[in-house]
Amino acid sequence: MLLTALISGLVLGGTYALVAMGLTLQYGISRIMNLAYGEFVIFAAFCAFVLFTAYGISPLVGMLLVLPAAFVVGYVLYGVMMQPLVKRSGKTGALDVDAILATFGLMFVVQGVMLVTFGANYTSYSYMNFGVNILGASIAANRLLAFVLAVVIGGALYMVLARTRWGTAIRAVAVAPEAAPLVGINVNHMARLAFALGMVLAAAGGIMISMYQTFNASMGVVFAMKALIIVIMGGQGNLLGALVAGLMLGLVETFVATYIDPGLTLAATYAIFLAVLLWRPSGLFGKGGRA
Amino acid sequence: MSARTLTGLGLAALALVMLAWLPSQLDAYGVGLLLGMTGYVTLATAWALFSGPTRYISLATVAFFGIGAYTVAVLSEAMPYPMVLITAALVGGAVALVVGLATLRLAGVYFVIFSFGLAELVRQLVTWYEVNVTGTLGRYIFLPITAQQIYWQLLALCALTFLIGWLIARSRLGLALRVIGDDEAVAAHTGINIAGAKLALFVISATLITLVGAIQAPRWTYVEPAMVFNPTTSFLTVIMALLGGAHRLWGPILGAIPLFLLFEWLSANFPNHYAIILGLLFITIVFLVPKGVLALVESAFARRRRLQ
Repeated sequence: MLLTALISGLVLGGTYALVAMGLTLQYGISRIMNLAYGEFVIFAAFCAFVLFTAYGISPLVGMLLVLPAAFVVGYVLYGVMMQPLVKRSGKTGALDVDAILATFGLMFVVQGVMLVTFGANYTSYSYMNFGVNILGASIAANRLLAFVLAVVIGGALYMVLARTRWGTAIRAVAVAPEAAPLVGINVNHMARLAFALGMVLAAAGGIMISMYQTFNASMGVVFAMKALIIVIMGGQGNLLGALVAGLMLGLVETFVATYIDPGLTLAATYAIFLAVLLWRPSGLFGKGGRA
Repeated sequence: MSARTLTGLGLAALALVMLAWLPSQLDAYGVGLLLGMTGYVTLATAWALFSGPTRYISLATVAFFGIGAYTVAVLSEAMPYPMVLITAALVGGAVALVVGLATLRLAGVYFVIFSFGLAELVRQLVTWYEVNVTGTLGRYIFLPITAQQIYWQLLALCALTFLIGWLIARSRLGLALRVIGDDEAVAAHTGINIAGAKLALFVISATLITLVGAIQAPRWTYVEPAMVFNPTTSFLTVIMALLGGAHRLWGPILGAIPLFLLFEWLSANFPNHYAIILGLLFITIVFLVPKGVLALVESAFARRRRLQ
């Protein structure tokens, strides 16, 4: 039972970490606190569901369709909705609040569209639903696949950001948004790319969730909450922090659900969140300063 | 007291009497509408008491509203009604004190996020307690209180909220809060106890919100956590206060009345597309009237005065 809990905790944590990485890109680099993030996660889950049940397209192939679409949506959305807010706020720091309120409205719109289109019922489909034996513990194959995908996508993103010129430019914007233009980086363009990339990760997370979990149109808020908590615990804009905090949260949730009570997972999440914040107000890996 | 303040107070008292007399002229639906409107005016005004001057966006309104309603549901048969209300206020205030102590030293966004999930957290804890300890999920409220009596109580609470807001604005606390809202660093250097001022206001605002929930609770005969901790209440409160203008005491009322009527009409006529319209409205308000209607009116007046 311990091993099963440990492995399922890591699998859950892997998905959380991936979803939170997208949000940390959006918040750390584009400076947009996107409250509608969870809605896009669930929207992608519904896309995977429709592709699988109506057209027989497996979620793995579906990713090839949904992820580029998510990039385009993010790119357009940033240009239409976020850029005017960024321009308006200038250096006054009003952007944080404006972004929260605007994406809050967006959250309702996306949620409403999903409710009208798909209804309020829980949805799931059966894909690779058989057990695999790992060190004596039985884990569903779809969970394992989701974990592998999270590792591959998260790892690829990390390599791009750490090793390429383009990734260096994005990180430069995260570290010093005022100094980045001085070395010829187009901050606005990078912010837009980071926002779109964040959307791709949200979609990837959503498709993974749809493989092994039931979901419904109003679940987005919970995912957004968890991703936000992970981002803040990890230190904003810090991918490694998001990874560690995501895995931690997945493990804690699974252990609380297994050994204490499934009804207290959210309370446990909050308890850790508060503890981390009171102990290190800028997150586990945060550098302090801009809080 | 100056003559102007006295006239203002007199007019306010007159308006209050008129409003208290109004239900006798209305049918049951009209009284319900008036009751709901007064509830939201109080919520938006109480919300703005804290969030207006400090610019902390709190999304925790329904956490306190629900605590109020649930306290009444649990205690309504155990003690006399006024005691129930006092207990609800104390519980709400105590929770606000704990939450405030833990989160108010967190800067802007962190606070938003914590308050965003607070209702969800309280809901889960209440659900867990009811399922595991008392063994029931829902509770019935049998209190012999009519809609009209609920309305009068809310009206009194609304007046109290405005009175508190007016007194705070004239006090040292109000001045301190305005300095904090303008620039925290300046406030800290002038020796203002920032944490203390924020905490005091957060507790006052949350206690008033708790009372709105407690007073409205008898409207439902059956209560369960998913109903009273419905996050839409928090969102509506924020949007109303922002549309009106959270920086002035009278701002939220300008947003709460038209939006409440609009939402009533929308939920009756477009129940399925309600969320979409609500979201679009929110986005529109953020883009078109970021400082609220009251600021628009004020700047228009200032422009006219300059032209003359």
